[in-house]
Amino acid sequence: MSIRVDRINKRFNDFIAVDNVSLDLPEGQLTALLGPSGSGKTTLLRIIAGLEQADSGHIEFHGQDQTHEHVSDRGVGFVFQHYALFKHMTVFENVAYGLTVKPRRERPSKEAIRKKVMNLLELVQLDWTAHRYPAQLSGGQRQRIALARALAVEPKVLLLDEPFGALDAKVRAELRRWLRRLHDEIHVTSVFVTHDQEEALEVSDRVVVMNNGRVEQEGTPEEVYDHPANPFVYRFLGNVNLFHARVHEGTATIGDLSVPVPEHHDSQEQDALAYIRPHEIEVLASNESGDAIHAIVKSILVIGPSVRLELQTEHSKELIQAEMSKHQFRGLGLLQGDEAWLRPMQSKVFLQEDEAPAVSGS
Amino acid sequence: MSELNTSAQATPVQLNRAAEWQRATEEPEWVRRSLIGIALAFLSAFLILPLLVVLVGAFEQGLGVWYAAVTEPDARSAIRLTLLVVAIVVPINVVFGVTVAWAVAKFEFHGKPFLISLIDMPFAISPVVVGLIFVILFGSQGWLGNWLSAHDLQIIFAVPGIVVVIAFGTMPFIARELIPLMQEQGKQEEEASLTLGASGLKTFWYVTLPNVKWGLIYGIILCNARAMGEFGAVAIVSGRIRGETNTMPLHIEVLYNEYMFTAAFAVSSILTGLALVTIAIKSTVEWLEQRTGVTA
Repeated sequence: MSIRVDRINKRFNDFIAVDNVSLDLPEGQLTALLGPSGSGKTTLLRIIAGLEQADSGHIEFHGQDQTHEHVSDRGVGFVFQHYALFKHMTVFENVAYGLTVKPRRERPSKEAIRKKVMNLLELVQLDWTAHRYPAQLSGGQRQRIALARALAVEPKVLLLDEPFGALDAKVRAELRRWLRRLHDEIHVTSVFVTHDQEEALEVSDRVVVMNNGRVEQEGTPEEVYDHPANPFVYRFLGNVNLFHARVHEGTATIGDLSVPVPEHHDSQEQDALAYIRPHEIEVLASNESGDAIHAIVKSILVIGPSVRLELQTEHSKELIQAEMSKHQFRGLGLLQGDEAWLRPMQSKVFLQEDEAPAVSGS
Repeated sequence: MSELNTSAQATPVQLNRAAEWQRATEEPEWVRRSLIGIALAFLSAFLILPLLVVLVGAFEQGLGVWYAAVTEPDARSAIRLTLLVVAIVVPINVVFGVTVAWAVAKFEFHGKPFLISLIDMPFAISPVVVGLIFVILFGSQGWLGNWLSAHDLQIIFAVPGIVVVIAFGTMPFIARELIPLMQEQGKQEEEASLTLGASGLKTFWYVTLPNVKWGLIYGIILCNARAMGEFGAVAIVSGRIRGETNTMPLHIEVLYNEYMFTAAFAVSSILTGLALVTIAIKSTVEWLEQRTGVTA
């Protein structure tokens, strides 16, 4: 079922958690609500679920207004960051819960419930834990049980609130790949909240980037990553270097280097910042073309198969980070303290006036 | 002294790692022994000794005298009244305790700290004052006295008054037990239950209540124990009518004042017996809680 979020507003006292957000989430897709903490993503998810009441606006599932439906009538599956499994029930009882609390008329037979629960436990590859208690399972296992429990009631939409947030890095990476495969199998419209841009880009069909209660950008992971709509999205989606630039009639200059910026063709001598990702900087040992940016190698960090250089230039306040493969790095033969020249392979220039407040992209 | 000897005999080689480790984190042996000793001495002097005195006093003149004392009509009336009051008060406080704990733990509202300190008030006020408050409120000369007598209702010097003061005095036990427990558990499990389609009532029954089960039982036991033993406030509002409004503690006092020591001790032994049963149940609950706490 498609989800429609229509001009939703929510305040907590003076804090505006969700600020007039409208979204259309197509049927069968896995959408990530991505944003820093306090961006309103979890509140929005809870409003979609009915766990929180919006101050104004509407929520529709498949064209049907759900705004005044009680959470228990909305037919949502909700997965909590800290699992929220029922501690006093076995894994089997947890997964069966949504079926056993149905009114007698709608409740499946004991045998049907048993079959369904065991099928779901097989789906999440944990059928052998049926008679254990949640406390006897690892975090990753608990979250899979929580997911099975949410799926047992055949929800119209599946909502996941930072589902992997409480897990360690390795389990998190495994589980999100697993979630992606699971979603490809069951195709229920799903929304998950995350502050981890890598997770959002890897798992989802669509990414909605939120900040300060507003939607900054939405699109496929590729669109959002390759064409960030504004400086905030650029910074939030990964490490980025900022170069001071001047823009004049469609050309940005950083030192001796000129970059065409056709989107700013009517700008006259304006201060701007060029956003360039570490892997989009070409590092040269000599200035052959004559227009590269001069820099000094400050430090060399080998991280597994790749190398990160930190370089100083006069066109940036901070140290510039450049990433390359170990192989490329050997070819350059650079040492700490050497001179180097930089050329951006790709960049995005934002005029100073649309510079958003600084956010530490992680 | 023997302690000194053994440690003197132990050569460094004999000390294993565990013992050394203990040494670093624990007090010396003599400190531990004397602390435990002091605690035991206190317990013996103030708890076990009186208990023995009660039992010896009760059975000193033989089982027949004891039996006669506890089956005498006034004694039976006191026992019946005490059990009746407990049977009314404990359910009232269960409902009140669960309601208040639910409100405090699951909702945000203004004046929450004030409400929590209000709950403690019965502990802070002297029982005699509590009794007087209710006499002033419900007595025939009291604020509501005219209205009550017009409707032919008697609260003071009757069973309702006893129920009211005991309910007041034992009010905090269950709420106090449940509030921290519910606060710690938060409301995520309830929210999960609601998203799974369960109604509020089913959520309470299947999720909330089992989660606080042990705390609730513990609170009921404490409430029960205190309700049986309540004296000061009851003494004021009951009017001490023999065979009618005397609870067990009051009846014991009457007997004692009339120099009927054996009878007083006999009734005391019943009250003490009930208390001991309560403590036994409490210990069993704690033991069960620990055991299930490991697996669940």
